Amino acid sequence: MKKSARFYSGAELVAKAAIDAGCRFYGGYPITPSSEIAEFMSVMLPKVGGTYVQMEDEIAAMGTIIGASLAGVKSLTATSGPGFSLKQENIGYAYMAEVPCVICNVMRGGPSTGLPTALAQADIMQAKWGTHGDHPVIALTPAYLEEIYELTIKAFNFSEIYRIPVMLMLDEVIAHLSAAINLPEKESLVIKDRRKPSVPPEKYFPYDTAYGDVPPMANFFEGYRYHVTGLSHDKTGFPTTDPELVQADQERHLRKVNWKKNEIVDYEYYLMKDAEIVIFAYGSTARAARVAVDNARKSGIKVGMMRFRVIWPLPEAEILKLCGRAKAIIVPEMNMGQLSDVIERYAADRTKIIRINHVGGVPIHPTDIHNKIREAL
Amino acid sequence: MKIDHYEARFAGVGGQGVILAGKILAYGMVSFEDCRAIETPTYTAQVRGGATKVDVVIDKNHIEYPRTEYLDFFLSLHQKSFNIYFKDIKNDAIVVADPNLTPKIPENIPQKLILVDLIEIAKREMGKTLYSAVMAVGVFAGLTRIIKESNIQKAVLDNAPKGTELDNLKAVKIGIELGKKARKSKEKIIKLSIDDVSIPESGK
Repeated sequence: MKKSARFYSGAELVAKAAIDAGCRFYGGYPITPSSEIAEFMSVMLPKVGGTYVQMEDEIAAMGTIIGASLAGVKSLTATSGPGFSLKQENIGYAYMAEVPCVICNVMRGGPSTGLPTALAQADIMQAKWGTHGDHPVIALTPAYLEEIYELTIKAFNFSEIYRIPVMLMLDEVIAHLSAAINLPEKESLVIKDRRKPSVPPEKYFPYDTAYGDVPPMANFFEGYRYHVTGLSHDKTGFPTTDPELVQADQERHLRKVNWKKNEIVDYEYYLMKDAEIVIFAYGSTARAARVAVDNARKSGIKVGMMRFRVIWPLPEAEILKLCGRAKAIIVPEMNMGQLSDVIERYAADRTKIIRINHVGGVPIHPTDIHNKIREAL
Repeated sequence: MKIDHYEARFAGVGGQGVILAGKILAYGMVSFEDCRAIETPTYTAQVRGGATKVDVVIDKNHIEYPRTEYLDFFLSLHQKSFNIYFKDIKNDAIVVADPNLTPKIPENIPQKLILVDLIEIAKREMGKTLYSAVMAVGVFAGLTRIIKESNIQKAVLDNAPKGTELDNLKAVKIGIELGKKARKSKEKIIKLSIDDVSIPESGK
């Protein structure tokens, strides 16, 4: 370990990475196990000329980051399951109005207030389908402290590139974990900013597809004025019910992410070359799975892991291939099977799916996974 | 550190400072003992007065599984958290508890048990019960030698709020001396009270 290594908690790294990515606004409402992120932002943002606002509730907090982003300021909020539910209406608004922002969800058990401060991966599907209507989703699931930093920056970049809200999905284990790590040099970071209009205000249309599927975005208070709404709209931003325009716009929204899937999907193979049993995992659960893989390999079992750093979109082609090849698939999750359901569809009865679903607030232990590996033989 | 892997847990109730104790230990191990350490706090929704614990996992190498599996050390500052978090403890582990706040420890536990009046000592020697957590990491250092005395002192100083350095240093030194005293004893149950406190030299 380099001497420059410093002690960080997962929550602190979200805050630090956000600021290094250029985030200068945080609007939030404290909720465990994500409150530490708000706390760090409240200390760190004023030092870089940013603004921290603690709002009256989760809904308003989501509203503030949409507003701040429209004014040209990269914005973050952090929450947990119940707050994530409350934010969904405004998240939909951000999709519709194409406002870049990052929502960090440190997941806890649900439904409702569920299991405060305890570990879960309960909102994987809410990240995809939490708000109504069809919308393109990018959700990231880091498993290590270094990765929290890296993927938080990536979340901001994705939101800026595609003009969408991006979900940063942490779990309690890694958000509360502290360890000494080395961060990358600031000069080596790749930071993306939204494309701004090249035309003067009188020629500007906020949703002008002449520039591609992601229209350039003007900041408010820089002379450009336009209408922002959650209603279906035309290129001027004003509402429309024209079926052709609405259809075309919905398709464009989805295309923004679907056509760039190859640049977004992010996963890691661990000892997969000769693997007959495959584990699909994400977040801190993947760390227990990795230990289980190592232990099983010691007794000669050919098992490997595919770990998702980005959970939405999934690398469909690779999963399909593995489902055709694997003798058995194991999906450990801190929920009742939100990813396993999806994997089961890919597998389409071609292979056995073994689920491990813990929702009691304690992590899945490597032994739990090891036992299932033996069961799969 | 002489061994490859070590797991410690400090348990109490919110407000006692046990989470800080874990942070100081993990920080000290990484900064001055050239090993890896992670620290994971757990608290309940009721932050003040709710059961709280912090786990510290120490290893010579990369720590993949981020939770404790078999604890080598357990310290309790409250019955509430003892009842919840006294589990996964090795038979040859060391258990430290404040007997006034953890009065119901089963007599037949297999581990070596050290009962220290930490809160009382903190109150009498430091004027504030708040110092009991820092004293606890001192006890840990003196008792286990997982971290050198000088290194735990450095770790305390680096993490002490401005203006409280000397008091925290005094507290950790009192803890170290109590820990050393317990280490020397061969008894299975060791009791340490205010009478066992040897006042360390005042900090420079």
